[in-house]
Amino acid sequence: MRIKTHPILGEQSHKEEVSFSYNGKQMKGLEGEPIMVALRAAGVMVHRFTGKDHRPRGVFCAIGRCTDCVMVVDGKPNVRTCVTPLREGMKVQTQYGVSTGEKVG
Amino acid sequence: MNVLEDRSIDIGPFVSQGDDETIICRCEEISKGEIRKAVHEGMYTMTEVKRFLRAGMGLCQGQTCGKLVRSIIARELGVNPLDLELPPSRPPVRPVKMDVLASEEFPGAEKS
Amino acid sequence: MKRYDLIVIGAGPAGLSAAAEAASHGLEVVVFDENEKPGGQLFKQIHKFFGSKEHKAKIRGFRIGEDLLRDAEEKGVRVVLDSVVCGLYQDREVLVQTGEKVVHYKADAVIVATGASENMVPFDGWTLPGVIGAGAAQTMMNLHGIKPGKKIVMLGSGNVGLVVSFQLLQAGCEVLAVVDASPRVGGYGVHAAKLARCGVPFHLSHTVIEASGEESVERVTIGQVDKNWQIVEGTEKTFDADTLCLAVGLSPMSQLLKMAGCEMKDTPLGFVPRCDSLGRTSIPGIFVAGDVSGIEEASAAMIEGRISGAAAAEYLGFLDTSLLDETLGRFEMALQSLREGMFAPGMRGKEIRETEEGIPVSTSLLEQGYLGDDELERFPGVVEQRDAVRPVIECTQNIPCNPCQDACKKGCISIGEKITSLPVVNSEGKCTACGMCVAACSGQAIFLVDESFESGYASVTLPYEFYPLPEAGDRGRALDRSGKEICDAEVVEIKSLKAFDSTNLLTMKVPLSYAGQARFFRR
Repeated sequence: MRIKTHPILGEQSHKEEVSFSYNGKQMKGLEGEPIMVALRAAGVMVHRFTGKDHRPRGVFCAIGRCTDCVMVVDGKPNVRTCVTPLREGMKVQTQYGVSTGEKVG
Repeated sequence: MNVLEDRSIDIGPFVSQGDDETIICRCEEISKGEIRKAVHEGMYTMTEVKRFLRAGMGLCQGQTCGKLVRSIIARELGVNPLDLELPPSRPPVRPVKMDVLASEEFPGAEKS
Repeated sequence: MKRYDLIVIGAGPAGLSAAAEAASHGLEVVVFDENEKPGGQLFKQIHKFFGSKEHKAKIRGFRIGEDLLRDAEEKGVRVVLDSVVCGLYQDREVLVQTGEKVVHYKADAVIVATGASENMVPFDGWTLPGVIGAGAAQTMMNLHGIKPGKKIVMLGSGNVGLVVSFQLLQAGCEVLAVVDASPRVGGYGVHAAKLARCGVPFHLSHTVIEASGEESVERVTIGQVDKNWQIVEGTEKTFDADTLCLAVGLSPMSQLLKMAGCEMKDTPLGFVPRCDSLGRTSIPGIFVAGDVSGIEEASAAMIEGRISGAAAAEYLGFLDTSLLDETLGRFEMALQSLREGMFAPGMRGKEIRETEEGIPVSTSLLEQGYLGDDELERFPGVVEQRDAVRPVIECTQNIPCNPCQDACKKGCISIGEKITSLPVVNSEGKCTACGMCVAACSGQAIFLVDESFESGYASVTLPYEFYPLPEAGDRGRALDRSGKEICDAEVVEIKSLKAFDSTNLLTMKVPLSYAGQARFFRR
């Protein structure tokens, strides 16, 4: 899914590769790119399931406005993955409603 | 006097439509049918519908659905969408966490 | 509380221009923007802009963004990113969230340049992952180097839908269809034509019925609409698409102005502040610039920014009132010329039958996205000439754009004073096939045709902005304006000069009888 060379933009500028986990699975992405980009490169489309109807949601506006792409990142829910830069060792989880779906307590 | 001011006017009964299930407010998961029903229950303004259903009150603050909700209410009432006043704009226009809102910084007071 | 002479909200084309202009008159200016990078949508615009030299025509949007940012910084503007303006209060006080903190700032003048947000349209399955805004597609491919999907359906044939569709092709995606409920293409005909000749079909008078799939989009179903926008039964078509892009218009993002108490007006095109031609709102010291006061192209937003910046400088006494008129005169003329032609703000919704020159418009272009073979000869950019190479300019709508005229040093192309006039090819001009006009045309509507190329063969030179780039000697098929394969073709030359700015010129050899139709090459 990554565009390696582009007819107008040329080569992608170099970014360091980092590791992160997605629902416990180890994945690679590029340092500083939005989390959603690394997920899309890995074929992940579903970012969360809604609280009421339990429907899947993913990236919609990609600029931090619609908040559809929120996930649980490093334990914090409602993190907009389209505008949050990826860092080494991040823990990214599918959000169910407003949590990871794990029972609390 | 139009329907917005005179609530004794009969707008007819609620009749279900094929696309009533379609979600309109993505954040709060409010469907078209719910909005239409709310109008028949007496919510004639955008603010009333917002308070009654939470349509437009979610994380995105109605940025995606505002126009859609407006046109659905207008159609139900048989008025022009422009006749419906928009809900007030209040800060914060973007979602801000409570603890962030509470931790105001005063750069003027800092030592430089 | 930190105080500035001027706070600009939004670091897009309007905001940066306003900030640079105001700073050039000596104001201490800060610009707040909620994004990680400045430039608003400019850095996602990889196509060449329309207009004339003063509007930075034929320069790609992201380069205009780079220049604008440099200009603002050189003039001492402070651009603060990752900072959301959450509130605008009386007396020009703003509340800004940066990271985990909120801070109040105060300014003697505020310019609101918050731009626009995308309109959306609901249908069954529009919440499924894979249904995205056209802006999202642009963000993914042009900023972050990732394809939004593999097989894409575009809803909306306005300029955004057309431009993004072409960018999707450039990124290596397949565009299965451009769909619009309107019976006519909404954007520039030249944008539609460059998609059509690549083989992208247009489905006008159609809308999306449903996007479906297990957990993300797998299929998109469209159907024809009647006069009352109802689906005509039996017209459904289903595409195996993984992505549906929505490009159904923009709305001004004016909440902050309403919050501040500015007088607003509600129009079919959006909720906008009342303001004068200098961007002054009903509250002294609060100005607007760009899409927040009405949707236009980025070129117009940049000039509006300059005007508001100068007006703010005058308001605060940094610019003498007598000098203001002088400064503004130049900007206002530039703005006026952008607001003329068939796509001018005042023309929205009107059906146009003839060009300014009195030539009947192409109905095929409006209804199918490409010019009909029989419609061409009535336009002044298309001339008969069998014995030498000549430019063929398939530019048939009055849009404000004239780089082709400046590009030709041999007197082959003229537009004249009025930049919306259709380009005229003068048969007395001595075309040397330099190709500058082909590369300069932002609409990619100029071709060089040489019917004297070789006995029985003609050469056609076309703009080519895709990878992998074909090489001389490659054999393939020539496509006509509708994207249909019509004949064999052989690439005879690929020209890629720095002056062409990433537009390659592909020259192919086709049988003479196809010289008038062959407009694209496929290996």
